[in-house]
Amino acid sequence: MLRIENLKVSLGDREVLKEVNLEIKPGEVHVLFGPNGSGKTSLLMTLMGFSNYRVTEGTINFKGRDITGMSIDERARLGIGMSFQRPPTIKGLKTRQMVALCSPGKEIQLEEMANRLNFESFLDRDLNSGFSGGEIKRSELLQLMAQNPDLILLDEPESGVDLESISLIGEVINELLERKPGKDHAASSRERRSKRAKAGLLITHTGYILNYVDADVGHVLYDGFLSCHGNPRETLRCIQDMGYQECMRCMV
Amino acid sequence: MKGARENKLQRARDAVKKTALFGEDLDLGRFIHEAHLHSNIKDLSSLSELDKKELLTAGVDPDIKGRSGSFMQIDHSVVHQDIFQDGLEIMSTSEAREKYDWLEDYYWRAVAVDTDKYTARVELHQEHGYFIRVLPGVKTAFPLQACLFTAQNGLAQEVHNIVIAEEGSELHIISGCASSHEVKAGLHIGVSEFYVKKGAKLSFTMIHNWAEEFAVRPRSATIVEENGVFLSNYVCMKPVKTLQMYPTTFLLGANAVARYNTILVAVPGSFMDVGSRVYLKAPGTRAEMIARTITTGGDVINRGHIVGEVADSKGHLECHGLILSKKGLIYAVPELEGRVSGVDLSHEAAVGKIAQEEIEYMMSRGMSEGDATAAIVRGFLNVDIMGLPAELQQEIDKTVNMQGMF
Repeated sequence: MLRIENLKVSLGDREVLKEVNLEIKPGEVHVLFGPNGSGKTSLLMTLMGFSNYRVTEGTINFKGRDITGMSIDERARLGIGMSFQRPPTIKGLKTRQMVALCSPGKEIQLEEMANRLNFESFLDRDLNSGFSGGEIKRSELLQLMAQNPDLILLDEPESGVDLESISLIGEVINELLERKPGKDHAASSRERRSKRAKAGLLITHTGYILNYVDADVGHVLYDGFLSCHGNPRETLRCIQDMGYQECMRCMV
Repeated sequence: MKGARENKLQRARDAVKKTALFGEDLDLGRFIHEAHLHSNIKDLSSLSELDKKELLTAGVDPDIKGRSGSFMQIDHSVVHQDIFQDGLEIMSTSEAREKYDWLEDYYWRAVAVDTDKYTARVELHQEHGYFIRVLPGVKTAFPLQACLFTAQNGLAQEVHNIVIAEEGSELHIISGCASSHEVKAGLHIGVSEFYVKKGAKLSFTMIHNWAEEFAVRPRSATIVEENGVFLSNYVCMKPVKTLQMYPTTFLLGANAVARYNTILVAVPGSFMDVGSRVYLKAPGTRAEMIARTITTGGDVINRGHIVGEVADSKGHLECHGLILSKKGLIYAVPELEGRVSGVDLSHEAAVGKIAQEEIEYMMSRGMSEGDATAAIVRGFLNVDIMGLPAELQQEIDKTVNMQGMF
């Protein structure tokens, strides 16, 4: 679904991504670990197409198309969606209006979706205005529910979220990724897995979210280099035990 | 009474050459002062489709659905007046001045007759305007609409409006000022005096829809008594050559409240100098002014001035401007004047362009750059106008959305 080859990216005159190669297949969820400032958010912003992030080398392919030079909205309409860590406040634009704008021409059950996230009381507030960390996550997920993308980029979905809400956030992410457990008893787990088409790439610092969302592959991004591809839980344990320095050694 | 009238006329004569404090000094001789007469219009829906459209964009509904009354003046002729509720009076101000002796006390009390050449001109050459009065304790269910329309190219329309909300009453007025689609140039001088008595509530929503070569000089002021509330909303999003006004409210009674909301869009060739000013003259008085200005190439000066004269008074003013083109000017002038300790005055002003980050954030949800910009601009203009009935709020939203310029 997504194939990144030899990607180099600059932000201003600073090179933030130096070498990134990554492939995400339909139905897969990948996790990105890495210390602050290693380039994780830059990678997500680059995939979404933000103009500050300039691709200097390499290509990004999505659904078989080269999207390296594509505009943000074209990428979104092609099926990429992102949950932002610090989205801007849009004064005067109600959250309700924004959610409707995320799904033009489609009938959506806005109230039900908001209800699912305990977010009804925010629908008539200005988008992101005075929202706490956890409220921002719920607002972002609500917009993604309306947008219904095929590849979901999640920038630290659990940061600023209280322990009670984190399981709710996890459940909704699973729903967005078609990973809701149980229910369809007619199909075996294996069948269900094979039917999944949605893919995800998520950033986590703490790894908490992995208690709720099953990830398939973990990567470590360190100083602009993507390395250490492996089992996400093992990767996380390795980082917890040995620190990111160890990952530097893996790279060479 | 005769003496009082003569005194005003004399003061007006003395001020015919008095230049206004702000705005380009207009040569009044350039405009036509004799107007063709227009006959009565029994039914506003009989107007031409094009003129109806002009009225609609000025907030005036020719179908008079959901209105408690209507008044319409074309050029110098009052062509329509209608009332659907008891306790309300609407008529031409000149007619009211003949009918009610006591009205002389209200003439030029809020606005000084010798403010400048424009007020002087209105006293000496006034052709109507509306007199609206709501009787004590009467609360109107629907807004009343008043329309001042210009149909003759190059004409000067000079009106004097007086609105009185008697004690404990409640009234909402939509005042649409517009020119016919055939009119390119002209002058509108509108003096408006508002009197909000004890415990009364008056909301006044004025929507301007002029033409490219139009000059506009409103002169308005409001006196609010104890526990009275005055809400003023002003929307001008259409071209106008030169517009200058600085409406002022005097909060004379304890706990009186004034709120001004202003929405201005200056297109290329437009010059707008619009402010609002409130004097806090009694304990417990409150003032709030919110202005949202946009330039797509024209020039806007947005003033605001709050004067706190007594302790335990409070005022806040906010002007935000968006520059959407390479040309164009937004000049925000917020002024706070505290004259005693115990006043609480604050302001907030910001002028700039739309942040790229906001546009790109919206685009990441699938909106084109144009749609994202439009949504942000609509949000910017969506001042939450507190205390207005939902229908009136919808009228303003409709006007904002009908402009279709973004």
